[in-house]
Amino acid sequence: MTARCVRSVSGSLQLLLRNRWPKVYGAATCSQKHTYTPPPAQYGGRHTVTLIPGDGIGPELANHVRELFRFCCVPVDFEVVNVDSTMASEDDINNAIMAIRRNGVALKGNLETNHNLPPSYKSRNNLLRTTLDLYANVMHCQSLPGVRTRHRNIDIMIIRENTEGEYSSLEHENVPGVVECLKIITRTKSLRIADYAFRTAREKGRTRVTAVHKANIMKLGDGLFLECCKEVASGYPEITFDSMIVDNTTMQLVSRPQQFDVMVMPNLYGNVVSNVCAGLVGGPGLVPGANYGEDYAVFETGTRNTGKSIANTNTANPTAMLLASCLLLDHLKLHAYANMIRRAILSTVTETRLHTADLGGQGSTSEVVQSIMKAVESTGPRTLSL
Amino acid sequence: MAAHSAVLSVSKIINPFWGGRLGNTVKVFGTTLTSHRNKTQRAPPPAKYGGRHTVTLIPGDGIGPELLNHVREVFRFSCVPVDFEVVHVNSALETEEDINNAITAIRRNGVALKGNIETKHTMPPSVKSRNNLLRTSLDLYANVMHCQSLPGVQTRHQNIDIMIIRENTEGEYSSLEHENVPGVVESLKIITRNNSLRIAEYAFRLAREKGRRRVTAVHKANIMKLGDGLFLQCCREVASGYPDITFDSMIVDNTTMQLVSKPQQFDVMVMPNLYGNVVSNVCAGLVGGPGLVPGANYGRDYAVFETATRNTGKSIADKNIANPTAMLLAGCMMLDHLKLHDHASSIRNAIFTTMNENRLHTADIGGQGTTSEVVQSVMRIIQSKGQLTAEF
Repeated sequence: MTARCVRSVSGSLQLLLRNRWPKVYGAATCSQKHTYTPPPAQYGGRHTVTLIPGDGIGPELANHVRELFRFCCVPVDFEVVNVDSTMASEDDINNAIMAIRRNGVALKGNLETNHNLPPSYKSRNNLLRTTLDLYANVMHCQSLPGVRTRHRNIDIMIIRENTEGEYSSLEHENVPGVVECLKIITRTKSLRIADYAFRTAREKGRTRVTAVHKANIMKLGDGLFLECCKEVASGYPEITFDSMIVDNTTMQLVSRPQQFDVMVMPNLYGNVVSNVCAGLVGGPGLVPGANYGEDYAVFETGTRNTGKSIANTNTANPTAMLLASCLLLDHLKLHAYANMIRRAILSTVTETRLHTADLGGQGSTSEVVQSIMKAVESTGPRTLSL
Repeated sequence: MAAHSAVLSVSKIINPFWGGRLGNTVKVFGTTLTSHRNKTQRAPPPAKYGGRHTVTLIPGDGIGPELLNHVREVFRFSCVPVDFEVVHVNSALETEEDINNAITAIRRNGVALKGNIETKHTMPPSVKSRNNLLRTSLDLYANVMHCQSLPGVQTRHQNIDIMIIRENTEGEYSSLEHENVPGVVESLKIITRNNSLRIAEYAFRLAREKGRRRVTAVHKANIMKLGDGLFLQCCREVASGYPDITFDSMIVDNTTMQLVSKPQQFDVMVMPNLYGNVVSNVCAGLVGGPGLVPGANYGRDYAVFETATRNTGKSIADKNIANPTAMLLAGCMMLDHLKLHDHASSIRNAIFTTMNENRLHTADIGGQGTTSEVVQSVMRIIQSKGQLTAEF
């Protein structure tokens, strides 16, 4: 975004100064990146967004999202790219990546990674994240008033490094029977994610950032991560920074989760901690997740479940996917639509008889979606007929 | 350890019967797995002289010293025939002399009770974690933690009964890291076939002994296909030899999510080192906190007992508010290991009786009792049962 402002500034300057001045850089960090930012895929006021249905409950939830957007007259067109997770060739996922590069934004369901396939077959989701360099995974876990959980008043923002760490997929077996997995931690990426975390904390008015690590055992690796977080923290004096070892963190999360505000961590701990938090606020059906990169953004459910066992049974909870689509609308700056849909979703969740099975209710997916559409219609904006 | 001593006694029974005629089949192997290892070393003799056992005691840092003093007090009071050989380890020193002394003492005695030794992040990376050094040098490959909901402790979940078996020597804790390019650190996570088979075998054997019906392997094989894939494969191989026990597997993120919503579904869980760390801390949090659960580290020849979540508790050290339950229960596990079952049960019953009287909870479980009050109550209950005790 900053790069785009830069281009327009330099565009106007070039007109003024007749190409005598070189490229103008917006901020000090931008000076390292000379990449071209794609223009937004917005034509005639309508945005184009890539949609990857995925496996399991992904396709049906994606259909509900499209249904809802069409009903609310949201100016978004979806370009659907199907990825077949059973094929060994990477053509499908490369097509999807190209579509996302074209559109800049995507909404996706989870793509299944079968353990029985040979190790040369990389996780499709991981490929997508690393190729597009979606370095920050942001998940906002909030207790919803209508959902009964064992803990109340949870409001945790989890920022997880999304491209390196234990998910580098670099493994080898030098000696038969001995496998070495590489966990990579780099200075640049750790600085980048820490900067993202503090910037987000500042934007949202948060007061505390906690780094989660295991530096007593992985001294060099997590030690480097912690050091980078401390460096970045020194540039944000109004935000308190502390750190906690991952085992203590998980124990505190199950006893007193209200103490956490914003948490930043490497990839694997992020996976575990985000799943614990999702479980604390009510389960995988409620929390949306977003993957942000320099130029691209991909939105999905927070806990990335395929939900194979409940696929096509009309019992899946659509809340997570619908809230992810609201995050998408916010990213596209269609805030009015985003708030309207979000309000409708939250009002539906607070009516207990419209909970799906995972929250203890008996509603079906389509009932919940219908109720949301009714709630949107009743608030007055222009909608299609029901 | 139990298999080995059983082997020795079986061979003693068989040999006198057959005289010297079966000279070739001298060594009888207990299970097929031990025959893989051509180990001709004998297990060290137990450190038991005149009916009294000698056990190494490593006080550690933080709340370790005071809790272990309480353990000694309770043991002395109940006339438990155990003598403690205290070995101090100074975690602030960079030399490894202290921890090597402790390891030698444990090799001598075979059994130890320890507090956690602090690992400061500010020291140079060449200073390895002392606890980790101890575990790997003594090859204490299995960390066993039994999380049970206690009736007297109020928690959000009830009826939890999970046994966690965690690989203790390899995995992410190999301490092998290097920085080839400045700013890029590579940490090695090692998974070997031998260690995975060993820990899986331990898990299934323990499940069978305790009458458990289900073992769940926790992994992340969709991402770490070779590493956790190997672990999972080893677990499946071992599972095929135990048809009475159900085996299933679950990815670690789903596991942690299930643990906070429905922990009652889990029975026995086996996993590599890091996931074991996280999962065991989650379970400890679910049953009431770090002050309640004891942990044991078993190797082939040695056993070391400590609190399960391995906290130093520096902030509450010397304030008389620490919860002694975990350390006392670890002491009971040690007595069970030494086959002093009567003493173990009497102390354990006394602890549970104390737990159920709510006013004797320490601050971490919401009460106002002090450490010494809890210990005094335990001793009083032991005395009231009528056994031989020392003066109060």
